[in-house]
Amino acid sequence: MARNHVTTTVNGDPVEFLCETGQTLLEALRDELRLTGTKEGCGTGDCGACSVIVDGRLLCSCLMLAVEAEGKAIATVEGMADGETLHPLQRKFIEHAALQCGICTPGILIAARSLLERNPDPTESEIRYWLAGNLCRCTGYHKIVDAVLDAAREMRGA
Amino acid sequence: MRYEVPKTLEAAITLLAGAKGGARVLAGGTDLLIQLRAGRAEPELLVDVKAIAELRSIEAAAGGYRIGAAVTCMELIENAAFAEAWPGIVDGVKYIGSIQVKGRATMGGNLCNASPAADSVPSLIAAGARVCIAGAQGWREAPVEDFVRGPGKTSLAEGELVVTFLLPRRAPRSGDAYLRFTPRTEMDIAVVGAAVNLTLDDQGVCSSARVSLGAVAARALLVPAAAAALIGTRVDEAALLRLAGAASAACKPIDDKRGTKEYRIKVAGVMARRAAEIALQRAGGKD
Amino acid sequence: MSTTLKYQEKALKLVGTRPLRPDGVDKVTGRARFGADYNLSGQLIGKVLRSPHAHARIKSIDTSAALALPGVKAVVTREDFAEMPDELAAVGELTINFRDVTRNMMAREKALYDGHPVAAVAATTESVAKHALALIKVDYEVLPHVIDVVEAMQPGAPLLHENQYTQGVKPRPERASNVAKRLEFGRGDVAAGFAAADVIVEREFSTKPVHQGYIEPQACLASYSADGQAELWTSTQGHFVFRAQCAKVLQMEVAKIRVTPTEIGGGFGGKNNIYNEALAIALSRKSNHPVKMVMTREEVFRGTGPTPGANVKVKLGATRDGKITAAEAELNFQAGAFPGSPVNQASMCAFTRYDLENVRVVGNDVTVNRPKVAAYRAPGAPIAVFGVESVIDEMAKKLGLDPIEFRLKNAAKEGTQTYYGPKLGVIGYIQTLEAARAHPHYSAALGPNQGRGVATGFWFNIGNETTCSLNVQEDGSLTLNLGTIDVAGGSRASMAMMVAEELGIAYERVRPIVGDTSTLGFNFLTAGSRSTFASGMASVIASRQVIEKLRQRVAKIREVPLEAVAWKDGQALPADASAAQFAPMSLTEIARMAGKTGGTIAGHAEINAQGAGPGFGTHIVDVEVDRQTGAVKIVRYTVVQDVGKAIHPAYVEGQMQGGAAQGIGWALNEEYVYGDDGVLQNPGFLDYRIPVASDLPRIDTVIVEVPNPNHPYGVRGCGEVPIIAPMAAIANAIENATGLRLTQQPFSPPRVLQALDAAAAAKG
Repeated sequence: MARNHVTTTVNGDPVEFLCETGQTLLEALRDELRLTGTKEGCGTGDCGACSVIVDGRLLCSCLMLAVEAEGKAIATVEGMADGETLHPLQRKFIEHAALQCGICTPGILIAARSLLERNPDPTESEIRYWLAGNLCRCTGYHKIVDAVLDAAREMRGA
Repeated sequence: MRYEVPKTLEAAITLLAGAKGGARVLAGGTDLLIQLRAGRAEPELLVDVKAIAELRSIEAAAGGYRIGAAVTCMELIENAAFAEAWPGIVDGVKYIGSIQVKGRATMGGNLCNASPAADSVPSLIAAGARVCIAGAQGWREAPVEDFVRGPGKTSLAEGELVVTFLLPRRAPRSGDAYLRFTPRTEMDIAVVGAAVNLTLDDQGVCSSARVSLGAVAARALLVPAAAAALIGTRVDEAALLRLAGAASAACKPIDDKRGTKEYRIKVAGVMARRAAEIALQRAGGKD
Repeated sequence: MSTTLKYQEKALKLVGTRPLRPDGVDKVTGRARFGADYNLSGQLIGKVLRSPHAHARIKSIDTSAALALPGVKAVVTREDFAEMPDELAAVGELTINFRDVTRNMMAREKALYDGHPVAAVAATTESVAKHALALIKVDYEVLPHVIDVVEAMQPGAPLLHENQYTQGVKPRPERASNVAKRLEFGRGDVAAGFAAADVIVEREFSTKPVHQGYIEPQACLASYSADGQAELWTSTQGHFVFRAQCAKVLQMEVAKIRVTPTEIGGGFGGKNNIYNEALAIALSRKSNHPVKMVMTREEVFRGTGPTPGANVKVKLGATRDGKITAAEAELNFQAGAFPGSPVNQASMCAFTRYDLENVRVVGNDVTVNRPKVAAYRAPGAPIAVFGVESVIDEMAKKLGLDPIEFRLKNAAKEGTQTYYGPKLGVIGYIQTLEAARAHPHYSAALGPNQGRGVATGFWFNIGNETTCSLNVQEDGSLTLNLGTIDVAGGSRASMAMMVAEELGIAYERVRPIVGDTSTLGFNFLTAGSRSTFASGMASVIASRQVIEKLRQRVAKIREVPLEAVAWKDGQALPADASAAQFAPMSLTEIARMAGKTGGTIAGHAEINAQGAGPGFGTHIVDVEVDRQTGAVKIVRYTVVQDVGKAIHPAYVEGQMQGGAAQGIGWALNEEYVYGDDGVLQNPGFLDYRIPVASDLPRIDTVIVEVPNPNHPYGVRGCGEVPIIAPMAAIANAIENATGLRLTQQPFSPPRVLQALDAAAAAKG
């Protein structure tokens, strides 16, 4: 079975890879491009650990085929920091102890980033509903919400 | 398995016809990819329809709206004009999975997947929406309530696909709403869904209504008896009670891991009533 | 020889503050590597074939077609693994039998649950491996199955193990049974106690199995080399225990297996046992390639251990003035396919919050056709306490006493004799009750359809075998090699803080790592809330050894007697004005000279930590009940807990919030749903419903510190206590809101609505 050749952009870098038609974007990121920051928690779009941003849109990479990435711009957690300078969300998550085991953290950071790009001043309730698609089993979400509120405050310059 | 991205509707129809039943349409993929992974679908060809202009646009048309079948839930939610005209349809669309899922999922996919619990379908039925279908034999239209035949089954013939949804002109003093019951606040499949669309005359009396229930039968139901409970009334307590009763009576639910028959019957009435109250408020009937 | 180090109260610089954790940056940038993130060149993908039947004899397995498929490099079945005799081992807070470990990993005579592994393959790609599984032909003789615990206990129920005779019953029963073990704890005379009671409350409860719900599925990578050595990378709570289990079932020498623990994406007790690890090593041995095995979410639910489901009976007697005179419980726990549920631990935790003369607890460990249970955060206790704290609440109401007042009247304290053996030492139960009563939550106003509930929890916590090493590097920075897995991110930070506190240096100078099994002696799992306690103790011992050696080195360099050298704030200086005087030396200066003055300076510890301090907690919850749908919403939640000493308060708060959130999910929506065919219907996060962010309110925490006298910093384990109380607290809150006493978990909307409607019908 011949594999498909895909050319795309990930975190600003042009990349190419080969994939089977049935492979998901998540599998291509992790197994072909070796970008393992994006995680598989369920494979069915129920946990959000595989969240990425494609052409500005937050989505589950386990629910998108790798072939669909052709010509698109993909953002993963590996692209959130600027060299050694962490994104405010990344910094606030560490400061607020908003991660424990850390497996859900990349997906939540990407989702939170997507929220703040649309809504720079979300309420606690808006944050909780936006992040409802990102399961966390360790924290009870309390410190995650605090970290997002604090990052939003800093990013607004408030 | 091959993957094609036709740029025109004609090209898509040709591909589907050529595959003789061995092809699946790929829009958001939020149902299809799960079926592929589980081995429940094994097509030879995937036809990605997201490059076809007609399937991706939201346009005012004939006083109403024409919405491409592959417009994503998030795009619909973000369309302020549409959300103002049809908040009940947007309610339904908002319930489809997470923000991530809504970034891909489409009303076309939600309808064609034909789950009895599909969240966007009851409000489309209540709105009187129609689908435009194209295939090698040409075009046809159908009301949404006739489109789904049963769980996983639609009226699409081999080689046909849904192209657009048509929403009629909105009368003044109209409001619609969709509510569903789920155990968690988000991320669940509806145990019961209820949509109410109503119009008030200038005395505040309900002049027309449509009520649709989801997840309580093999497909979403249009419930004329429930609508009749509202028409000619001010949607007062008595009317709402009759509405709830008619909604419960119309249910033909099953027991499954998401809810029992008895529970669905009971809660259908509760959800229909609450949806009607919101629709009334949106129609300008109550402050 | 067991070790305790007494608590010393002193002024602290670092312990108790909130520095940044050392692995934080890697985890927020995606750089940290979890189990599925490791790869080796030439690796194959391993996949498992699982029984679709709840109970079946395996007559034959034909793997020939699978082996013939291009790309398939190895297949293993029961033929590839040795028969194991009965041999018990401790694993976390549960006990396992190796005879069962090998059978759970790969079925032998029978498939005992839907999802039980019967074969495994290794192939060049995942799609080839999946195809190969479909080509394996298994001839099953389907047998009747039993999944309900009460049904399984009846004579005549389908029998899982023909040679299982109930232990703990005299005389030994004549007939085999699904009841693997019966145990009993008690003291005093419960009959007399009930006779003396003015009020008796008796209730029966049932719970369903729930899963730990870690977001990271099990993942491992094995590489077996032709010289008989294996390397294994795996997501685990205990790399030494996994090594031991693999060595046993593969009949390999322990030192020939090197296990590197990856970062772990949640365990909560569920990653205390091997699942795919020995299969991956065996496939690697057979195929001569590394083999990577990652579970799908469905496999996690079908194949890995949930908690037991249970049937619980509780009876309580008290006098009108609020004194409990007798307490009795019967705990019937599902063990899953093999014996070993935490009915023992549950029995010990059922009533220990109270100072009681007359207690009797009987427990039954019952095998049923479900996955073998694994530990889940305070294993067994939440189930027993759901029953007991519900009955306590009902009794308080009957006596007209405030729920906290009633508990205070009977509270356990220092010197209380438990009914399972030891006397309690210094504990903080009463302090948590008083802090809860004083909290604004307890007296806040409630809205319509709202109710408030209180419940308390106790966990004994453990210590066990722990090792570590602390090396001073040439530039004065230090590496702390810990043997306990850092499951939640706080422990590497906490150990580094304790070392830095002991040495009087900056936190950033201490780099903590968790080394692989070849770098340290045996460490027990991270379970039983033990790691900050035991690894902390080991780290302190190692630090004090380093200080000793630094002092000796300075005495030599400065040519003064050892007694003249004191260590303070990161440097050696004269002990006092009367001692021999010398120019102080910083740790960095000494380290630079270490090579020439005798070699690297290091400390280490190999201990069996004893003296773990029990933890107690009191929870307050407000709920709102939608009377028309039965939906229960958590409106407000407060966790009060005695942690002894919070080394890093932010991570202690995180444990309290996370445990409470799991307890809330357990109470409201989580359960395994089986069909009549014994097949699991909800093996995924769509229909196995853990709380999402919008389901929960803020979870307020109050840290109470009653230092554990047996730890240098007063630490008590804190991870498990917070999951124990939520079920009962929520049941009590629902009762307060509606007058309904719910005794079946979960309190899902259909159950609540049914109870509301039944009550309304009874009235009308």
